[in-house]
Amino acid sequence: MKPPMTKAAKADRLAELMARRGGDEGGAGLWTEALRRLRRSKMALIGAAIIAVFLLLAIVGPWVAPHGPTAQIWRGEVFPNQGRFVGPRSGNWLGLDHLGRDELSRMLIGARQTLLVGVVSMLIGLVVGALVGAVSGAAATLGGAAGKRVDTVVMRITDMMLALPSLLLAVSIAAVMGQSLTTVMIAVGVVQIPIFARLLRGSMLGQGGRDYVLAAKSLGVRRRRIVLTQILPNSVSPVIVQATLSLATAIIEAAALSYLGLGNPDPAVPEWGVMLSQAQRFFDNAPMMSVYPALGIVITALGFTLLGEAMREALDPRLRG
Amino acid sequence: MSLLELRDVKVHFPVRAGIVTNRTVGHVYAVDGVSLSVEAGRTYGLVGESGCGKTTLGRAVLRLVDVTAGEVVLDGTDLATLPAEEMRRFRRRLQMVFQDPLGSLNPRQNIESILAEGMTAHGIGTSNEDRHRRILAILDKVGLPANALSRYPHEFSGGQRQRIGIARALVLEPDVLICDEPVSALDVSIQAQVVNLLEELQDSMGLTYVVIAHDLAVVRHISDVVGVMYLGSLVEEAPSDVLYAAPRHPYTRALMSAVPIPDPDVEDSRERILLTGDLPSPANPPAGCRFHTRCPWKRETRCATERPEMRELADGHRVACHFAEEIAQESPGEITDGNRENLAKSPRA
Amino acid sequence: MPLLSVDDLTVTFRGGHGRPPTRAVDGVSFQVDAGRVTGLVGESGCGKSVTALALMGLLPGKGVDRGGSAVLDVGAGSEFVASGPVDLLGLGPGALRDLRGSRIAMIFQDPLSSLNPVVPIGVQVTEILERHRGLRGAPARKEAADLLDRVGIPDPTRRLKEYPHQLSGGMRQRALIAMAVACAPRLLIADEPTTALDVTIQAQILELLKELVDQEGTALLMITHDLGVVAGLCEQVNVLYAGRVVESAGRRELFAHPTHPYAHGLLGSIPRLDAPRGDPLHPIRGSINDRIAWQDGCAFAPRCDFYDEECLEGPPALTEPRRPDHRVRCVHPVLDTTAEEVTA
Repeated sequence: MKPPMTKAAKADRLAELMARRGGDEGGAGLWTEALRRLRRSKMALIGAAIIAVFLLLAIVGPWVAPHGPTAQIWRGEVFPNQGRFVGPRSGNWLGLDHLGRDELSRMLIGARQTLLVGVVSMLIGLVVGALVGAVSGAAATLGGAAGKRVDTVVMRITDMMLALPSLLLAVSIAAVMGQSLTTVMIAVGVVQIPIFARLLRGSMLGQGGRDYVLAAKSLGVRRRRIVLTQILPNSVSPVIVQATLSLATAIIEAAALSYLGLGNPDPAVPEWGVMLSQAQRFFDNAPMMSVYPALGIVITALGFTLLGEAMREALDPRLRG
Repeated sequence: MSLLELRDVKVHFPVRAGIVTNRTVGHVYAVDGVSLSVEAGRTYGLVGESGCGKTTLGRAVLRLVDVTAGEVVLDGTDLATLPAEEMRRFRRRLQMVFQDPLGSLNPRQNIESILAEGMTAHGIGTSNEDRHRRILAILDKVGLPANALSRYPHEFSGGQRQRIGIARALVLEPDVLICDEPVSALDVSIQAQVVNLLEELQDSMGLTYVVIAHDLAVVRHISDVVGVMYLGSLVEEAPSDVLYAAPRHPYTRALMSAVPIPDPDVEDSRERILLTGDLPSPANPPAGCRFHTRCPWKRETRCATERPEMRELADGHRVACHFAEEIAQESPGEITDGNRENLAKSPRA
Repeated sequence: MPLLSVDDLTVTFRGGHGRPPTRAVDGVSFQVDAGRVTGLVGESGCGKSVTALALMGLLPGKGVDRGGSAVLDVGAGSEFVASGPVDLLGLGPGALRDLRGSRIAMIFQDPLSSLNPVVPIGVQVTEILERHRGLRGAPARKEAADLLDRVGIPDPTRRLKEYPHQLSGGMRQRALIAMAVACAPRLLIADEPTTALDVTIQAQILELLKELVDQEGTALLMITHDLGVVAGLCEQVNVLYAGRVVESAGRRELFAHPTHPYAHGLLGSIPRLDAPRGDPLHPIRGSINDRIAWQDGCAFAPRCDFYDEECLEGPPALTEPRRPDHRVRCVHPVLDTTAEEVTA
């Protein structure tokens, strides 16, 4: 017969066995948890790896590029009219383009331009769209009858923007504003505005009907504070996911605009879309000249899409585990 | 002295149709003329089945939904007509505990932030330290450890979350606490913890409760006075013990007889009044007595044409039924007039 | 031989993504006798619903490990189903599909999401009749109308053409019951069938279930958290805690002499409509999260008033401390109480 355990010893033993059962890690907010889930996702890791390589290229590319973007050093070796091109060779690892410039150098320098176009146009869409969406969402959830009217008007305008084919809208904007990098960024950005606006508003409307918003109201919390501390923080996760996915579309759309001849005409900034559009004339004789920028665009877009989809899963409250 | 008084409160929601015109094509009569009064320091229980308007009534008291007509008087002030900002400040005295403990807590705020929200809104506390001290005190009162403050709602069990919800309301030191289904989302063994906690807090803080629930046993246990709602209005109101011992309204009797009791001997011997049919739509309530379409004791014409008013049968026992006195003497099996079609086909009868 | 004999059933959800596996059902054993109502009672997380899904073969195949056996006496065979006893856990998907609906059927808590919203009730009922009884066309529709009538749905021929959203909650649950009993199954599993319903509707549905058991001889496995429902309906009661049966007894015996501290505590913690007001409730402290693994000792120990070191000497066995047909999994059973003390 063992001696009876003391009360404290009994409690300790139980605590030990309960801990052994595993489970509860404490003190983590939803964002921390989402990050933990993200780190376990293969999709996120692949996406992040692609993006990291792309970022690295965008940062160091112009410095490590062996030649200048406009240096037509090997002008005399390429004769596009006769179908004579130069493929990969020692010193020009990706070959030469139709003007005798080093393709690798142009790809490296173009990475920064491509990223710039993608990020800036996505930010234009995100900032303006989120602002519009937040106003509309706040008005609809807590603004009473007048707020509902504001919301209706704003949303009909975004509906009209959504109804226009996005590329057509971008082409029109670019046509009005002339050919420049800024134009491309604005054109691509404007197209994203209604998407972000609708998304945030919808998300806010969903959260606005939840019990914790009602609870804040019954506590006597002011409306502005309810929007800022209760509704908005819970509504942004789909917007973050969309922003990541939008980066991919923005890069592709910018490439499409460049391809249509509305991109930046400056040969010193070889954005991948511009390179692709110039290369397609020579596709029969020098297909690789098109393949490099196209691959660059596709892989980068894939990276952002993978990360975006992984974030969508990580942030989904239903999958909390 | 009654602290909270409702006088003929109505909440009607418009039913709209058409995308462009948005016309009002009708109303849902969620709450349709409820009068009751709650004594300071006591508990008023409101029971009824889903769709009876009890939740809407609770929200109307806090003006979380607009009151269509009637008065909600708290300590001499009519809340129904108070301007928005004054109402917001008045909410400090009138707090609410919600049914869904997880859904009613902001998932992205930690417990300290959740508990501080109301104090910030009402400027309670002289400093952050003062507020922190108040939070710790209330946390102790509801039986949560101090280390809960830095954690987030999803890390707690259902019962603990409901304690957080109660603490959030009580940290404002309200006079009246409206508990909307405070235990129905919890496991049976946890329900008792929360019920006991509510009772202790009432004793120690002198709170007045309005407890809204569909579980008759819980409401009867916790309440001093119980009001039974059906289709937007009160049908019976009585002191808790009287209501169980001598229910007078046919609906109350049916409701009581339908509640399962965890005792085989009682279950085998009790008589069940099975109601036929379903609750009519509150958008299109029946004329006359709202309950006459399902009432086993319905009498010709009067029940279908004249809506019964609440009338006092005995001290504190009010009922809205034309024939309450006669019905009290009868069991439904003894009915001899032509209302048998309203009795459920009881397979064992 | 019992109709269904569940022996040492285990269900483990593999974690994946770095999460530890969860053992939802941890060695559940019980029996269901033909033509009787057997109760499986417990709170959320006790494994009662997972047990039902495992019996029905409705758990996902991937990421779930099953153990133990569940032998069902299928009875007479038919063109679809072989006769004799079968282990439900050992059956392939095809054989399970043949059994489901014809020999075992299940009704769920939420009648709306259990019905296909875009198909009329009638089609959903006749589908079952065609699948398991080979009925088609007018005879199938006639039989479907008869079924709805039998479960107390007024005007059945009109109701057959209606969609689930046109029916009230109680009517939907009746329609589901009609579908479940369409082929006169030997075993009906009801998982919280009245939890989503109002009390007056609950009373109607419970009455209907009783009637089906009495008249058709269908065995009913009633899964619920509501001890009141158990008291009125179940003849044999199994109380589950943390994935194991902790107490098993006849209805009157269990309610008169709850012997496991958990069952005892559960009965003491519910307010009774007929108890005098002012009686305090005696809650069980803590929550289901405060438990230890069964292999270390009694999972209920952290919440138990009678806990001492003996409770931690491995998993407690099922014993019969009071009478032979009253099994309790506890080393310190509550033996010296009467029903009066429980409610007092």
